[in-house]
Amino acid sequence: MTNQGVDLLTINSGEAEQPFCYTVGLEGSKFLTEIRDNKRFVGIKCPKCGKVYVPPRKVCGPCFTEMTEWVPVKDEGYLHSYTILRFAFLDPETGKEKPVPYGYAFIRLDGADTDFQHYVEIKDEKKVKIGARVRAVFEEKRAGKITDVKHFVVID
Amino acid sequence: MNGVEDITIIGVGQTAIEREKPADTFADMAYEAVTKALDDAGMSIDDIDNIVTTSNDFWDGRTISSMAVNDAVGAGLGKNITTVEGDGTFSAFYGMCRILSGSYKNSLIVTHVKGSISDNIHITNGIFDPIYMRPIGLDSLNTAALQMRRYMAKYGISEEQCAKVSVKNHANALKNPYAQIKKTFTLEDVMDSRLIADPLKLLDCSPISDGAAAVIISGEESAKKHKNAVKVRGVGYCADAYFLGDRDLADANALDMAASRAYESAEIVDPLSEIDVAEVYDAFSYMELMWYEGLGFCAPGGGGKLIDRGVTEMDGKLPVNPSGGLLSGHPVITGGLIRLIEACLQVRGDAGDHQVKGVKTALAHGVNGACGQSHCVWIVGR
Repeated sequence: MTNQGVDLLTINSGEAEQPFCYTVGLEGSKFLTEIRDNKRFVGIKCPKCGKVYVPPRKVCGPCFTEMTEWVPVKDEGYLHSYTILRFAFLDPETGKEKPVPYGYAFIRLDGADTDFQHYVEIKDEKKVKIGARVRAVFEEKRAGKITDVKHFVVID
Repeated sequence: MNGVEDITIIGVGQTAIEREKPADTFADMAYEAVTKALDDAGMSIDDIDNIVTTSNDFWDGRTISSMAVNDAVGAGLGKNITTVEGDGTFSAFYGMCRILSGSYKNSLIVTHVKGSISDNIHITNGIFDPIYMRPIGLDSLNTAALQMRRYMAKYGISEEQCAKVSVKNHANALKNPYAQIKKTFTLEDVMDSRLIADPLKLLDCSPISDGAAAVIISGEESAKKHKNAVKVRGVGYCADAYFLGDRDLADANALDMAASRAYESAEIVDPLSEIDVAEVYDAFSYMELMWYEGLGFCAPGGGGKLIDRGVTEMDGKLPVNPSGGLLSGHPVITGGLIRLIEACLQVRGDAGDHQVKGVKTALAHGVNGACGQSHCVWIVGR
């Protein structure tokens, strides 16, 4: 492209990377370790309002109160919302295209008061609806990451 | 100096919103917006005693991006310049607070973004928590789809009702010289447009854009008699939880609170009757309906009926987004400041072909964060 007879140049940022090593913290480490070692979910409960958070963290925002009480949360729940992706995005983690269609969902796990976000498997689209019961499927090899949960499947 | 009643907006400037501006650097865009705002106010850069810039480091591809436009916004050497992260309505809020502190008289607010030079999916994935949300690829599109479905399910809103927002705003954009997309779309066009992440279709989504905007806010007594004088009557600002799963995304609770604060200051009791025009942050069609509810134009869940009744059309009781809104051009960061500029132009009677008749009170709304995490509401008037 030119402007006033001048070729307009662009400069590519190149192949340089800046990898980060994110701190998961005490609560997150326990949460991810339970998934990795025991294929179990745990939440954390606010002593003031009683809300159970998944994933767990140290502070209940609305109460501004520290949470220390761990509570078991089921690996089953229901779809609070979902979307089905129709065109292939580059997976930000791997840089590879994810096969379409695939689903994202807000999942309210039994025993939790917040929505957990993850993939939902799209086999029969008619069964993927708000309120549908779902169950977590775990990866065979687990590494202490949120993707140790492969996805959720509809069990209705 | 007492409060917002002493604050006046006297200059506004915006670049054309475009899919890409290959001839303009970040600084070039910022300079264009600043010189337009100064010309509009009849001021020189020497009349400005402090500057607030806003940009986004991910979109700029460098850290401390807001300070990199130092020269182009007229900070030179020695002028106080600072930065706000987020949307331009929030930087304007801070620029106003600096005047209210008594330390400054005239604040210049500048925002810029280039959506064209990077991949929106990667940039907006970066909004999210790197441990739980980012690895599964959440971004601005798929989280919006989750919110849209949640909103539709909770309140029985239809896809057609959301699509009507897109039809309305694109029609309005035909008369806005700064709009990026100037094309007529029918309800069928929107409904038949490519499914992105259902229920979100292509024409429910705002486009990728480049653009900059600037506003001059004054606390000088003489500003109240300025030819452009637009009075600030109220401003409110509120944020909700960061983790999307902590909120019920069907409700705009933070907007409700931000609006209440602005209305209290402006002594507005019935917004639908007392506000003459509104410019709201329609990043996605369904969001405009949600924001009607958060702004109290109708009860929660009433957004669909409000658009069905034509209340927010150009000839309705409360026209919303006569500029065409973000669905017709969405420079992120700059988006909210353009809403404020448009609200000011409406109050001044300077909105040209998209002027609403007899505007005394206008509302502008900005959003920052995924699925409307935080909101800033401005009420401006004569």
